[in-house]
Amino acid sequence: MKSNYIRETVMKVIFFIAACASIFAVILICVFLFANGIPAMGEIGFFKFLLGTEWRPSNDIYGILPMILGSIYVTAGAIVIGVPIALLTAIFLAYFCPKKIYKFCKSGINLMAGIPSVVYGFFGLVLMVPMIKSIFNIRSGSTMLTAAILLAIMVLPTIVGVTEASLESVPQSYYEGALALGATHSQSVFFTMVPAAKSGIVTGVVLGIGRVIGETMAVIMVAGNQAVMPEGLLSGVRTMTANIVLEMGYASGLHREALIATGVVLFVFILIINLIVAALKKGAIQHGD
Amino acid sequence: MDKITVENMNLHYGDFHALKNVNLNMGEKEITAFIGPSGCGKSTLLKSLNRMNDLVPGCKIDGKICLDGEDIYDKKMDVNRLRKRVGMVFQKPNPFPMSIYDNIAYGPRTHGVRNKAKLDEIVERSLRQAAIWDEVKDRLKKSALGISGGQQQRLCIARALAVEPEVLLMDEPTSALDPISTSKIEDLAIELKKDYTIVIVTHNMQQAARIADKTAFFLLGQMIEYGNTEKMFSMPEDPRTEDYITGRFG
Repeated sequence: MKSNYIRETVMKVIFFIAACASIFAVILICVFLFANGIPAMGEIGFFKFLLGTEWRPSNDIYGILPMILGSIYVTAGAIVIGVPIALLTAIFLAYFCPKKIYKFCKSGINLMAGIPSVVYGFFGLVLMVPMIKSIFNIRSGSTMLTAAILLAIMVLPTIVGVTEASLESVPQSYYEGALALGATHSQSVFFTMVPAAKSGIVTGVVLGIGRVIGETMAVIMVAGNQAVMPEGLLSGVRTMTANIVLEMGYASGLHREALIATGVVLFVFILIINLIVAALKKGAIQHGD
Repeated sequence: MDKITVENMNLHYGDFHALKNVNLNMGEKEITAFIGPSGCGKSTLLKSLNRMNDLVPGCKIDGKICLDGEDIYDKKMDVNRLRKRVGMVFQKPNPFPMSIYDNIAYGPRTHGVRNKAKLDEIVERSLRQAAIWDEVKDRLKKSALGISGGQQQRLCIARALAVEPEVLLMDEPTSALDPISTSKIEDLAIELKKDYTIVIVTHNMQQAARIADKTAFFLLGQMIEYGNTEKMFSMPEDPRTEDYITGRFG
């Protein structure tokens, strides 16, 4: 009896410590980011930092608006290109895919999720950059468009996976109800099943946004990385992640802290995205039956 | 006048012989009830009448089922048009997760009605026909999932009526409902008989006795007896029918 109690207690403590480890890591990261980043923002000037259009560390000018816009544009581009493809893929897998090729398609998409981002980057650098260069006849193929297309490919498995799962959780009775009204298979799918899975689909898209905005390696390899205000689809851009990674190696003093402050901004972006996902999930639970 | 005729029909699910040589004629603007213990094939037969069984893998049908003399399993038959003509209400109410209005308008929109005034008119008429208009007219734009189970079932009936079917199939439409909702649906079925041919599967023998003109009794995939409801419940011809309706098994 007594030994049972001790064993229970020991297990509880072990589980508790394991749970604490990840929480502890998150807290540590937050403390590190904010402790190092906030003072720099104060020193540079909060609005000067966020809304400054020039990034010239050698002259102690630290405006990260070009990078914020760079991240937003690239992400928006990737979502605009990637979401329609991902949605149609998920709908195909859930409702139109012949059983024989389903496994093949599904494992292909799962494999995509497992490819390291540097490999994607390499693919983009070797194949897409020259292609964009020759198609548009421009000086360099490292552009916002290249990055957006590459990220659109990279985000497919995330959105396809979440969307397919939410489509499959829609009750079959909706499908039968639509058929019984004389709707065709595709009408039932597009006008009943897909709208019913709406909140799950939106969750997938928002998760995808989070994945894209945090992507670093592949973006650096194809985006050009000029720290200037983005001029258009066919000009180079630098994202926040790229900004940090490119200069971290040699930065010191205020420059280094400004990079950490860039990380703070990125962190806040991700935080907002996670809050949206949480809110959507809560809404989905309340609506679903 | 027979609306639906079933001739020498056999149905297999893979190796399982689910319906054995069924012959049955269902009259126009009548209520026909299928009764029998669970697993006797009555729902299977019902789902064959609008080819919802096509969705079941391994389902094979021999024999002939005709709607107005036209073989519905003929290659030339347009299944979607068939299902528009032969509507269906399911055991568990299955309103779509959209507004009450959109639920009713779903069918007409599917079949190409876009005009707002026309849709408004169809929605009101269908809801009135299903005797639910007064309960929902003030919240047509609210989610259909927010109304009670009995209301949802009448909404599903209204949704089926909105595509102007000729036949309405009901698969145990009251088995998930309380007694008051059940009696509303029964009254509704009797009312709808004026305009529609109704086929209803029910576990509840009193329900068949209350509303059906004709009743068919099924057992283990065979149709044992078919005839006027009154006669079947007062003087059944087959001893097995008598055993079932007097509650000796089932």
